[in-house]
Amino acid sequence: MKYTEEHEWLQAEGEIITVGITAHAAEQLGDVVFVELPEVGTEVTKDEEIVVIESVKAASDILSPLDGEIVEINEAIVDEPGKVNEDPEGGAWFFKIKPSDLSPMDDYMDEAGYKAFIG
Amino acid sequence: MSDETTSELKKTPLFALHEELGGKMVPFAGYLMPVQYPMGIMGEHKHTRAMAGLFDVSHMGQVILKADSYRAVAEAFEALVPMDVLGLKEGRQRYGLFTNDQGGIEDDLMFANRGDHLFVVVNAACKEADIARMKAALEPAVTVTPVTDRALLALQGPAAEAVLSSIVPAAAAMTFMDVATLNADGVELWVSRSGYTGEDGYEISVPADKAEAFARRLLAHADVEPIGLGARDSLRLEGGLCLYGHDIDAETRPAAASLTWAIQKVRRAGGDREGGFPGAAAVFAEMADGPSQRRVGLKPEGRAPMREGVELFAEAEGGVAIGKITSGGFGPTVGGPVAMGYVPADMAAPGTQIFGELRGKRVPVTVASLPFVAANFKR
Repeated sequence: MKYTEEHEWLQAEGEIITVGITAHAAEQLGDVVFVELPEVGTEVTKDEEIVVIESVKAASDILSPLDGEIVEINEAIVDEPGKVNEDPEGGAWFFKIKPSDLSPMDDYMDEAGYKAFIG
Repeated sequence: MSDETTSELKKTPLFALHEELGGKMVPFAGYLMPVQYPMGIMGEHKHTRAMAGLFDVSHMGQVILKADSYRAVAEAFEALVPMDVLGLKEGRQRYGLFTNDQGGIEDDLMFANRGDHLFVVVNAACKEADIARMKAALEPAVTVTPVTDRALLALQGPAAEAVLSSIVPAAAAMTFMDVATLNADGVELWVSRSGYTGEDGYEISVPADKAEAFARRLLAHADVEPIGLGARDSLRLEGGLCLYGHDIDAETRPAAASLTWAIQKVRRAGGDREGGFPGAAAVFAEMADGPSQRRVGLKPEGRAPMREGVELFAEAEGGVAIGKITSGGFGPTVGGPVAMGYVPADMAAPGTQIFGELRGKRVPVTVASLPFVAANFKR
C-alpha cells in the first residue's frame, strides 16, 4: 500500500491500482454525504481533480494520483456516501485506474511514512 | 474573523467540559467553540431531533434593560425594533429585529418581559454593536446592563421537557416562548421555552460558576448528548431559521427576508403605534410595494449540497444569475441537500423550478416552503 500527501491510498493488483482515501482523511472530512466519481473509460492525468466529495462540513476534491484510464468505479459509495466513513480503507474504495506511467508510485509514501506525515 | 489568533479568542464557562467531552474547538465570533463532538455532526443532528441535545450558546449576548417600569423600558425599546414590546405579557418572549435607517436588519434577537425588566439575547458576532446601539439610544432613562457572569445553554429536542423537568419540575408547564425564573437546588435559572432547532426545548441562563455542574447534570441523563455548532447550523437550516450575516444582513429589509410575520400589526402602517423605529418608512414601503427579491427555501435535486454563494438561474443554460444561496448544506433529517436563498419575488412561489450552478453545471432546484422539517414546539 502506498499513500499520497492528499491522503489517498493506492493498492496495486497486477497492472491495476485501486484508490481510496485514508481513515485519517475520512475522519477529518466528517460525515460524507455526496460523492461524484469519474466515468469508466475516462483518461485522467496526474493531479487532475476527478472526484468531488462533500461532507456535512465542506466540499473537497480528490486528485488523480497517476496518469491513466479509469477502469472501474465504486457505485456503492455514490448510493451510500456514508460508507466512506464506515470503511474508508476497505469496501469504500473510490476508483480503479490502469496507469500509463507508474513512476510516481516510487515517490509516494509507505505506511510508516504516511503515519509520520499525519503525525 | 479570519485574522483571529487563538490567544485572542475568548472561552465560555464550559470550555474545559467541551475539551473533556472531545469537542473539536474552532474560532467562532471571537470565541473558541465546539463545532462537533466525537458523535459527529450527522449523529448529533439526528440525536437532537430524536432525543435531546445540549448546546453551549454562552457566546451570545445577554443584556438586561431596566427603567422605572417595564412599560418605560418597552416604550423606549420600541424606538429600536419594529415589534410590539409594550404588548408583550409578563413571562413571555418574542423574536425581534434591530433595523437601521434604511430599514436593513442590524441583528435579530429575542426579547422577554421579565416583570420589572426586559431581557434581550443577541447574536455573538453583533453583541458589541448591539450593546453600543442600545446604550446610545436608551441611556440614561433605561440602564443597559450586559450580563457577563452567566452562561447560556440550550437543551433541545423531544426529550428536553422530561430532562429539564426532572431537575426543575416547573419547566414542564411552560409553553413555547414562555420565560420563567426557576430554582434548581439553589441555582437561579432564567429559562425560556425556545431555541434555534425547530424542536421543542429550552434556553437556560445559568450563573457562570454553576454552569459546568448544571451542564453535567443535564448530560448525566441518558437521553442527552452534547451538540456542536455544526449540527446547530444544520438543525436551524432545516427549521428555516435565519442565520444573521448570511440569510439576513444590514442590506436586507424584513419583507425581502420573509420576516414581516415578526412585525405585529400595532407597529405596522395604520397601527396604533405605527413606525417610530429606524428605517420605518423604507420598511413600510417595501411591505406595501413588495420586495424585488425574497428569501425562500430551496431544495436542490439529487444529493449534492448547494452551499452559501451558489448562484441561481432561471434557465438550465445561459442567462444571468437571478439570485444566490445564503445558507445551504446537507439536511440529515431531510436526507438530502437543503438551502435558503434569495430569488426574484415572481419566482418565490413554492414549486417554482430554478437551477443552481455547481462546479459549472446547472442542477435543478425547487423553491420549497419553510421549514423543511415541521416545527415541534409545545404551543
